[in-house]
Amino acid sequence: MNENNRKAWLYLMPAVLFLGVFMVYPLVDVVVYSFEEGYNFASQTFFGTGTYNYSYVLHDPYFMQALKNTFILVIITVPLSTGFALLISLALSSIKKLKELFSTIYFLPYVTNTLAVGLVFMILFKKTAYSDGLVNLLLGAFGMSPVDFIEGPYWAKMFVLCFYTVWVVLPFKILILTSALASVNEDYYNAARIDGTSRSRMFWRITLPMISPMIFYLVITGFIGAFKAYSDAVAIFGTNLNAAGMNTIVGYVYDMLYGNSGGYPSYASAAALILFAIVLTITVINLMISRGKVSA
Amino acid sequence: MKVVLDHLFMRFPSRKKGDPDTVAVSDFDLEIPDGLLVGLLGPSGCGKSTTLNLICGLLTPSSGRIFFGDEDVTSLPPEHRGVGLVFQNYALYPHLTVKKNIMFPLENLKGDKKMTRREMEEKALEAARLVQIEDYMDRRPAELSGGQQQRVAIARALVKRPGVLLLDEPLSNLDARLRLQTREEIRRIQKETGITTIFVTHDQEEAMSITDMIVVMEDGIIRQTGKPQEVYDDPANLFVAKFLGTPAINVFSGQIRSGALYAGEDIIADGLDGISDRKVSVAIRPEALVPDPDGPFRCGISALEVMGRDCSIVFTHPSGTSPALRAIVGSELLPGEGEKTVRFRIKPSKMFIFGEDGERIRTEERP
Repeated sequence: MNENNRKAWLYLMPAVLFLGVFMVYPLVDVVVYSFEEGYNFASQTFFGTGTYNYSYVLHDPYFMQALKNTFILVIITVPLSTGFALLISLALSSIKKLKELFSTIYFLPYVTNTLAVGLVFMILFKKTAYSDGLVNLLLGAFGMSPVDFIEGPYWAKMFVLCFYTVWVVLPFKILILTSALASVNEDYYNAARIDGTSRSRMFWRITLPMISPMIFYLVITGFIGAFKAYSDAVAIFGTNLNAAGMNTIVGYVYDMLYGNSGGYPSYASAAALILFAIVLTITVINLMISRGKVSA
Repeated sequence: MKVVLDHLFMRFPSRKKGDPDTVAVSDFDLEIPDGLLVGLLGPSGCGKSTTLNLICGLLTPSSGRIFFGDEDVTSLPPEHRGVGLVFQNYALYPHLTVKKNIMFPLENLKGDKKMTRREMEEKALEAARLVQIEDYMDRRPAELSGGQQQRVAIARALVKRPGVLLLDEPLSNLDARLRLQTREEIRRIQKETGITTIFVTHDQEEAMSITDMIVVMEDGIIRQTGKPQEVYDDPANLFVAKFLGTPAINVFSGQIRSGALYAGEDIIADGLDGISDRKVSVAIRPEALVPDPDGPFRCGISALEVMGRDCSIVFTHPSGTSPALRAIVGSELLPGEGEKTVRFRIKPSKMFIFGEDGERIRTEERP
């Protein structure tokens, strides 16, 4: 190793140390835990090694419920939020008056605390002995019977969770898409206008391909974010998500580590790695689909 | 197709209340005969691009009318005017291949003009052949050089066979050699198709070299129109005289006293009896100054620049309006090394006299 090389490593040392201790080591550890049966933090002991943890997690009805919830959440909210964000951004970029005001309003959820928003959602949707909640009052006005969205049927709870998730992720997507739309050179539209291109064709043939890298970025990060959902569910349904039947994969991992049934780091590690495998697969599929279609 | 611009005005409202509106184009009155290549020439901000946008319909004039042939197109949207526009940055769609870019305008046609895929491909190939880009049909714009992108942009503008072709600073994004090549190319394409072509440029050499007619603009006003050589030889005002020609024309502040033209203390012309005594600006082309030991124009030499074919003498004169005045002379007439002064004789046909308002003062003996 020559002098320069030694210097280079010296300069890299702080970053390498921190990344090694706080990222690489824990990651390796999680993989190790997931294959050690009945690992105990306190005594640092385990019974044996094998794939039993995975088998346990995959046969745990709570995990299957969490898996199902997470998948429904992902499949519904990612396309919906991206689509809504695109519509709102298009509207925002086509108005001139009050543009700044509307942009600010749409961005507000982004700077608002998750738990505070969750509380507001709970109050809006909850049905108690004293009040039906605002949403139920509205439903009543249309002649529909009230539904308890927080402790009622599964579809109602899922609706609230999806609604909440879409609402929370919209601002960031709108921010990204409005700036993407603004960065499309005006000359492309002028050229298209001279050629007599209709507005819808302009959108499908020019605008959409031009901003496709950004849409793709939002879809990928949206998938990853939705798979990691947890705090949203807690904000609305409280910490006992298994009882509410609204647990998510990350929620399951948390419960296994610290929850009422806590103290099972091996199961938690296995569940976390299963989540990792799912996210990796989905992202690879995304990349494969988008290759060639996205110009950038 | 003949293009007539009838007293066009374009005003942009001011941002702040109370400020006067910006007048980008003012009383623009011009008739462009069918089949000519016309250059709109002027410094940046003179309203030439605005004029182009008015002609193609991306902007609507505040007042005045535009005619294509006998048809009034003032209120027609761009797509119904039958114009092709080449943008300064080409505006090629980066996600489409060359072929698809050229076909794009055809795919928009509706009703009885609608074409089949085959017809479109044929038309696109025809346009590509015209600009000699047919070997690159499956590439994307990013995989082409600047000159090739320019050709694709022209092909896309021509594919619908427009009545008028408009080019906005078509050469400004090319390097010097390509620029020379491409301007010949534009001339050839224009000749082959016979389409009335209007192009905007701030480069006078570009405009002079290939156009049939130039329109010199300043601050939204037409300062002079005509054949390039005629405008160069006979500028109507000081602005046009200064704007055309490289190196730039030399300008001196002079005086007319009892029929004689003084530049400083030198009498550089006389017999101007028809003109009353007044202050004037005198503009002399660099090629009009001939070193002559008996010449009337006494100047100090600041540098000699020898560049092969032409040599220039950089000189000073007390009445000169810029520090570096320039004369282009044959190398055999160059003063010797170490000479501090030079005397010039002036070719009268390349000397112009302007009043204090910048308008030309014509003398009897010259047209």
